[in-house]
Amino acid sequence: MMTEISLNILDVAENSTKAGAALVTITVDADFEADQLTVSIEDNGCGMTPEQVERVTDPFFTSRTTRKVGLGVPFFKYAAESTGGSFQIESTIGVGTTVTATFTLSHIDRMPLGDINSTIHTLVVYHPDTDFVYQYRYNGKSFTMDTREFKEILGGISFDTPEISAYILEFLNENKLETDGGVQY
Amino acid sequence: MKSLEELKAIRERMQSQVSMRGEDHSHTRVVVGMATCGIASGARPVLTKLSNLVQEKNLTDKISVTQTGCIGLCQYEPIVEVMEPGKPKVTYIKMTPEKAEEIVERHLIGGHVVDNYTLSSSDIK
Repeated sequence: MMTEISLNILDVAENSTKAGAALVTITVDADFEADQLTVSIEDNGCGMTPEQVERVTDPFFTSRTTRKVGLGVPFFKYAAESTGGSFQIESTIGVGTTVTATFTLSHIDRMPLGDINSTIHTLVVYHPDTDFVYQYRYNGKSFTMDTREFKEILGGISFDTPEISAYILEFLNENKLETDGGVQY
Repeated sequence: MKSLEELKAIRERMQSQVSMRGEDHSHTRVVVGMATCGIASGARPVLTKLSNLVQEKNLTDKISVTQTGCIGLCQYEPIVEVMEPGKPKVTYIKMTPEKAEEIVERHLIGGHVVDNYTLSSSDIK
């Protein structure tokens, strides 16, 4: 079981990178008026067959060979549905996969969003060949991070260079703070 | 909002000192398992800690910190593998950021395997 929603995001987005996605778009949208937190992870990776999509929420299905269980997607689904929310996964072979989870913010069983900035930072820095677009919305305010813009400026300088890695984390921290005022939820 | 101008300034500063940090045969690889099992047992802070320490201690030209998927030992996660050229792979199990700090100090810098935390020292194999 994950302890933060952001760890579910990290786990599911890791699958996107393993699916060979060139672009992964992650959206976190907290709307306290609607009492809803919507998280989506969209990729243009290899996609899944209808049979795989059908079975991916089954904890005893995985395409891995190292073990017989696949808990990432079931964890995410369970985390959302146990708050009265919903979970969808859509996938097309050769086109990509979109995972969307909706949480009821005020539900007692909703786990905290957690350290979403570390999650995004980890994804971006350790997957230099994948582009990421991350959009964070909080009660209508928002900011977007697009690693393609970073790459354009940096040329060949890699994201795991200390200065760049630190800049990316600061970018996330400062912009999130300006968007949500530092509220923990 | 933090601007992209700042990133441009960093690039200007760095342009003079860009060197290819390609991995050669003398490179030590530190690999953290980041599949569901690893993430659920706390691999993210371990990875962050390792990569921060390697940067802080200016070891990036000798050591690279990367991530991998599941190696099939889920019950021992978070797992950190240290691969030094010419030496057998060392597998550290049930890592925490604190233990990771010890490994940087004693193994990566000091050159001594921290036996207490290795897979081979655990009771169950």
